[in-house]
Amino acid sequence: MPQTGTATILKIFEADFGGIVEEWRGTQVEEGVRRSDLFTDSESRAQNIELLKAFLTGIRSGVHEQDFSFEDTAWEDLRAVLADLTKERVSRGVTPSEMANFVLALKAPLFSRLATELAGDTDRLMAEIRLVTRLIDAFAIYTNEVFIAEREQIIERQREEMMELSTPVVELWDRVLTLPLIGTLDSARSQEVMENLLETILQRQAEVVIVDITGVSTVDTQVAQHLLRAAAAVRLMGAECIISGISPMIAQTMVQLGIDVGTVSTRSSIRTALADALRKVGYVIEKRDAH
Amino acid sequence: MSGVASIHLVENALLVSIQDDVTDTEIIDLQDALSNRIADENVDGVIVDISALEIVDTFVGRVIAQLAGISRLLAAETYVVGMRPAVAVTLVELGMYLPQTRTALSLSHALAQLRRG
Amino acid sequence: MAEPQPDFLHKIIQRIDLRTGKDAVQARQVVARELKARGVSALRVTRFATAVSEIARNVIVHGGGGHFTVGLNAATSYLDVECRDRGRGIPDIEQAMKDGFTTAGGLGRGLGGAKRLSDRFEIETVPGQGTTVRMSAKI
Repeated sequence: MPQTGTATILKIFEADFGGIVEEWRGTQVEEGVRRSDLFTDSESRAQNIELLKAFLTGIRSGVHEQDFSFEDTAWEDLRAVLADLTKERVSRGVTPSEMANFVLALKAPLFSRLATELAGDTDRLMAEIRLVTRLIDAFAIYTNEVFIAEREQIIERQREEMMELSTPVVELWDRVLTLPLIGTLDSARSQEVMENLLETILQRQAEVVIVDITGVSTVDTQVAQHLLRAAAAVRLMGAECIISGISPMIAQTMVQLGIDVGTVSTRSSIRTALADALRKVGYVIEKRDAH
Repeated sequence: MSGVASIHLVENALLVSIQDDVTDTEIIDLQDALSNRIADENVDGVIVDISALEIVDTFVGRVIAQLAGISRLLAAETYVVGMRPAVAVTLVELGMYLPQTRTALSLSHALAQLRRG
Repeated sequence: MAEPQPDFLHKIIQRIDLRTGKDAVQARQVVARELKARGVSALRVTRFATAVSEIARNVIVHGGGGHFTVGLNAATSYLDVECRDRGRGIPDIEQAMKDGFTTAGGLGRGLGGAKRLSDRFEIETVPGQGTTVRMSAKI
């Protein structure tokens, strides 16, 4: 009657937990994945120990008939530890494959001990090696998923910060705002830019907004639509919109695309747009003497 | 007239402030009441203050647009003031640009525009 | 009608019978309140509450009255809203989704707009039996 698949593994761990930790760390160094530049010796030893303990908890109750399901509550602990560890490492700049190999390096010490323990019994040895392989592979894959999710969150945060920096609304004059648009305008970005612009109009009681598109790389139908929607929203708030930076080429493209700006004012340069705006808010521009 | 919106006469313009819990029926009644008062008092303008409205959907938008049309026929201009940024963005996304309505930053801006004629 | 996504309306917050205009107002105000309480930005609150307002109105005006339910999905990452009625149903749903708003005061039911203003939007309608809309906003 063959022993249940995990009996040998548990026995190995109980016999030499400390030794396995050290060997694992050794393999990690060999594979170049320990990143001692990022973590101190005691930090990484503590991480390895925590992981192995959680691993053990999982093995004790989470493996049935050579099979396991990583989503089970038996593996909750290990999932939690892996998640924390991964997030910690992502924030310190570890790469996804370094992270995966960090976990996979556990195979070597376990296999060598299994081979010693089950020397004469090839069938059982193969069965247990298969089990251990599947277990550790599952951890590595899970680590990868956590890694990706965490990275996406960081990217999203950075994107938001960048957006705030790249679309500043500037008060050019009393009651005149200007919004220099740079780069591409996608719909997610344009919504947030619009809201920011409108909030500023409200706060500053701006009467004229100059939206400058000199820095926009391409003006196609979609971009034009966003611009016109922005102009419409500005008008709904009670202010006036002037779109500046319409080059002859953009003008041609817009006509060819059949884009009708309706009643929105357009100017080729900020200079003329500013002059317009100042007049609208009641100023007269005069040159003092001949230069 | 319901207690939902208050109508005041200010410098030959009717000022209406709409409250946030206005129902469809109430706003139709309001449109009715306003139309009558525009004619009766021979005003130059109607100023609709929607600063209390967090949500302006297509129904309210349409009523305001209709009001602008009605007022114009009665020789008055309609101004919408106090639109919240989130509302402006949403209306535009719904395709409601309210072209027949004039807009102003505030009551005093609207009155200034009316004075200029 | 088909089953909704399994985690939809996992935790119900409130139910409202939609009969009169006041109920529609209440429904959209509840949605706004719940989104704000969970830290959603003013822009996104207005957008989704406006979408809910459109649909709730449809239930009352075209659907002969119905029910509104608001709740959270299983992972509490979406605020879910369901509006259902037993009205005539919508004969040509594709056309209805295209009919946005028209300044001429057309009969567009605002469905296309409501969909754009929601993060998730599903509609099922059977002519003669009724309509169910399931819509959600990401929290």
